[in-house]
Amino acid sequence: MTTDVTLSGLRDMPMSEVETSRKDFTSDQEVRWCPGCGDYIILNAVQGFLPALGLKRENIVFVSGIGCSSRFPYYLDTFGMHSIHGRAPAIATGLATARPDLNVWVVTGDGDALSIGGNHLIHAMRRNVNLTILLFNNRIYGLTKGQYSPTSEPGKITKSTPAGSVDYPFNPISLALGAEASFVARTLDSDRAHLTEVLQAAVTHRGTSLIEIYQNCPIFNDGAFDVLKDKDQAEGRLVRLRHGEKVQVGDREWVHDAHNDNPSQAFEISRLDDATMAHVPIGIFRQVERPTYDDQVREQVAQARAQSGEGELAALLSGRDSWSVA
Amino acid sequence: MWPICHNLRRRLESTEAIMRPQEMGSVAKQVQQLDQVVIRFAGDSGDGMQLTGDRFTQETASFGNDLSTLPNFPAEIRAPAGTLPGVSSFQLHFADHDILTPGDTPHVLVAMNPAALRANVADLEAGATIIVDTHDFTGRNLTRAGYAENPLEDGSLDRFHVHAFDLTGLTVASVKQFGLSRKDAARAKNMFSLGMLSWLYGRPVDSTRSFLEQRFANAPDIRDANLAAFNAGWNFGETTEGFAVSYQIKPAPMRSGRYRNITGNLALSYGLVAASVRSGLPLFLGAYPITPASDILHELSKHKRFGVVTFQAEDEIAGIGAALGASYGGSLGVTTTSGPGISLKSETVGLAVSLELPLVVVDVQRGGPSTGLPTKTEQADLLQAMFGRNGEAPVAIVAPQSPGDCFDAALEAARIAVTYRTPVLLLSDGYLANGSEPWLLPDVETLATIEPNFADKPNHETETGDHSFWPYQRDPQTLARAWAIPGTPGLEHRIGGLEKADGHGNISYEPANHDLMVRTRQAKIDRIADTIPALEVDDPHGDAAMLILGWGSTYGPIGSACRRLRQQGMQVAQAHLRHLNPFPSNLGEVLRAYDTVVVPEMNLGQLSLLVRAKYLVDVVSYNQVRGQPFSASELEDVFTTTLKEMHS
Ligand code: SF4
Repeated sequence: MTTDVTLSGLRDMPMSEVETSRKDFTSDQEVRWCPGCGDYIILNAVQGFLPALGLKRENIVFVSGIGCSSRFPYYLDTFGMHSIHGRAPAIATGLATARPDLNVWVVTGDGDALSIGGNHLIHAMRRNVNLTILLFNNRIYGLTKGQYSPTSEPGKITKSTPAGSVDYPFNPISLALGAEASFVARTLDSDRAHLTEVLQAAVTHRGTSLIEIYQNCPIFNDGAFDVLKDKDQAEGRLVRLRHGEKVQVGDREWVHDAHNDNPSQAFEISRLDDATMAHVPIGIFRQVERPTYDDQVREQVAQARAQSGEGELAALLSGRDSWSVA
Repeated sequence: MWPICHNLRRRLESTEAIMRPQEMGSVAKQVQQLDQVVIRFAGDSGDGMQLTGDRFTQETASFGNDLSTLPNFPAEIRAPAGTLPGVSSFQLHFADHDILTPGDTPHVLVAMNPAALRANVADLEAGATIIVDTHDFTGRNLTRAGYAENPLEDGSLDRFHVHAFDLTGLTVASVKQFGLSRKDAARAKNMFSLGMLSWLYGRPVDSTRSFLEQRFANAPDIRDANLAAFNAGWNFGETTEGFAVSYQIKPAPMRSGRYRNITGNLALSYGLVAASVRSGLPLFLGAYPITPASDILHELSKHKRFGVVTFQAEDEIAGIGAALGASYGGSLGVTTTSGPGISLKSETVGLAVSLELPLVVVDVQRGGPSTGLPTKTEQADLLQAMFGRNGEAPVAIVAPQSPGDCFDAALEAARIAVTYRTPVLLLSDGYLANGSEPWLLPDVETLATIEPNFADKPNHETETGDHSFWPYQRDPQTLARAWAIPGTPGLEHRIGGLEKADGHGNISYEPANHDLMVRTRQAKIDRIADTIPALEVDDPHGDAAMLILGWGSTYGPIGSACRRLRQQGMQVAQAHLRHLNPFPSNLGEVLRAYDTVVVPEMNLGQLSLLVRAKYLVDVVSYNQVRGQPFSASELEDVFTTTLKEMHS
């Protein structure tokens, strides 16, 4: 696989001169998720995908928050930071703005990204910082042992909601579209080919890419997405989105336009996914070009230097109103 | 015809501080010589008093007086005009000798309306001078300011020398030819007053003229009106019978060199730029707007030519988060805040302690708790800086002592942060942030260099002879960990907020390892003391029995009070802490060398608590939290009383 880097999210990032393999991206740390956790499959897919990306390994950084998913960076032999709850998008924003040569990823979960870190997530997307955000949505708090999350369905019985949750959930795709995200996609942990396809599009998109990954937590919310994985039911429920291709839901039919500047259609599609999972769109909802925050910040710095030259400290300090004492 | 009486304090700030009326033999009016003056400009927050004060300060600075300023403004942007909450003021102390504070009580109050008079008159001592714009001293305006009677007529100002002029009316008449609306015309009254005061104190006016030309270059009418009002004010001073004399305050002897006037926030911003230049690390500021720290964000956003990136974050947490992210990538990460903002940053400071990455956290302290007093000063965040995180999470703490000193303090904070891979809390405050003083420009070539010492090769050899990178391998001297930034080939590694094993840095829940890591992080901060100078004590005769220990912005009033005691023949020693954590190595020794140690603070005794706990020295804590700096006379009284009690 070769990637056209000139216009892409990978511009300014050095390509590796040597072939790399999955092994190069596997750290020496023992993976500690529960057996059967969907996180394993996602890790596997990412470790398989990174060599194909062709970047220098030392220029890839994974930043995560807190939660099961946020252990992700420890298992990849790249640079990585396991930070604090909800703040990974903010930390990654500083890193990506300061270092255009780095390929920066954020790994987060439904609690981390949509609850405690909701503010940072929406602002990262609004700014369109060059980041790829993987949001593992298992609709539960796993690491704290099973409380409902901001994507849990109403009525859900959990440790903290013995009488059923009365909290109304976010639709992460609708939220991202409302937050002006330039790239929004959904995929499933179990569909490796689809996951890889979406990863490729996301990482080469210049700007913030949000990928919601439906991820099974066999311990606290097992089978949450089973109806989408069941051979007999899946095809009836999954609505596959591909730019320029026909989509059919019931008696409605349209050609999917992910590049439309107006996010209304994408938003409408995101609303197909109601609590019943009768119709769950997966694929890229929206992918539009918009100047990124970090590019523009660096452009302003470059322009100031081009116009008036490098700053001179002595001149700055003395300013315009200095005087001499003999 | 009254000459203005400057009513200098009988308790003197220096041996020079004596009013010396000398006839200068001028033709029309007399010129009297003074050694120092404290003027306060007060008006509505829309009257441009800060600008007037700034310009007068600039004129005074370029004339060569020593000076110190204290702006005081309401938290509201434009409280209803003419009311007490809307009064904004600017105090300037200037002298022909070295001074340390903006002065306790003004000798001259310039009041632009009834509210400005009422809000400030209580700060004047009998004999002070009031220059007042009479224009608004009418029915409703008086009521709005809370006056039942016109104070200009009811005799309540008899103990002052009052110079009452219709400054607004005079201004409007002086700019008639520009055809401005009455409102716009009246707006130039601050420049009329500035011109008048500039005449009165013989200030050079060229800088104000060129300032006005630049500032209003795009609005010729306004520019010309302001210039005309300024000139008219000067001429009015010269010709009016209201002033019988003008005054001269000679330049102060100062160390030779080049000077500028500078506020604390500006000096702090420049210190950060200098740290970036001297370390070779690009400066990244992550900040959320908050008073009174925002000016640092404004200032740094202008210096893109230095490669400075400013990021206005969605909140305080993102501000520090982005700064830490940039630090991780090899920038000099800085975040600035004040008041409740520092609370929001606590968790990320803790992360930086655990990651052991450089980070400068600037807290321009203001009155608390909670939203508190946004525009007033306080130094009550010391214990939060020291302890305000979960777990054992030591950080270095540095504090500037005067506006110009904010430059050095910022450079020092960056040096410690980078050298020791640690967050450093830089505790400025509202008084330093907005106050100003003449600043001797440093020779940039002699500023400290800061060495990032990035790791660029493996630092560990395994038993099998393989080479690997251990991010928590430490420098034996400083205990700073190896810092490899992303993009360094072969040094890929992961760090995080979970406890990590000594050396290789992988997650570790080992009891003994945690104990070791907690102690090591503490030891690293303690070792900073190896590279900070010993605390110096100012004790001119070396035989004082009482030491005054301070930190931060109290330096000026403490120093001023100590001088007054010495002038009266009393012995007192003064020491001021730049480093609050760790303390300089000789602090315990210094404290024990005195019979009594007094610690004045604008909090309820936070430094006192720390030194008592650490050195078991029972210091005398003196505290006030009025949102205003200490006055020198207040401290003079406290020190004198304490000294007397010691001898009794
Ligand atoms: S709790 Fe759930 S999400 Fe967390 S590791 Fe276990 S299975 Fe995975």
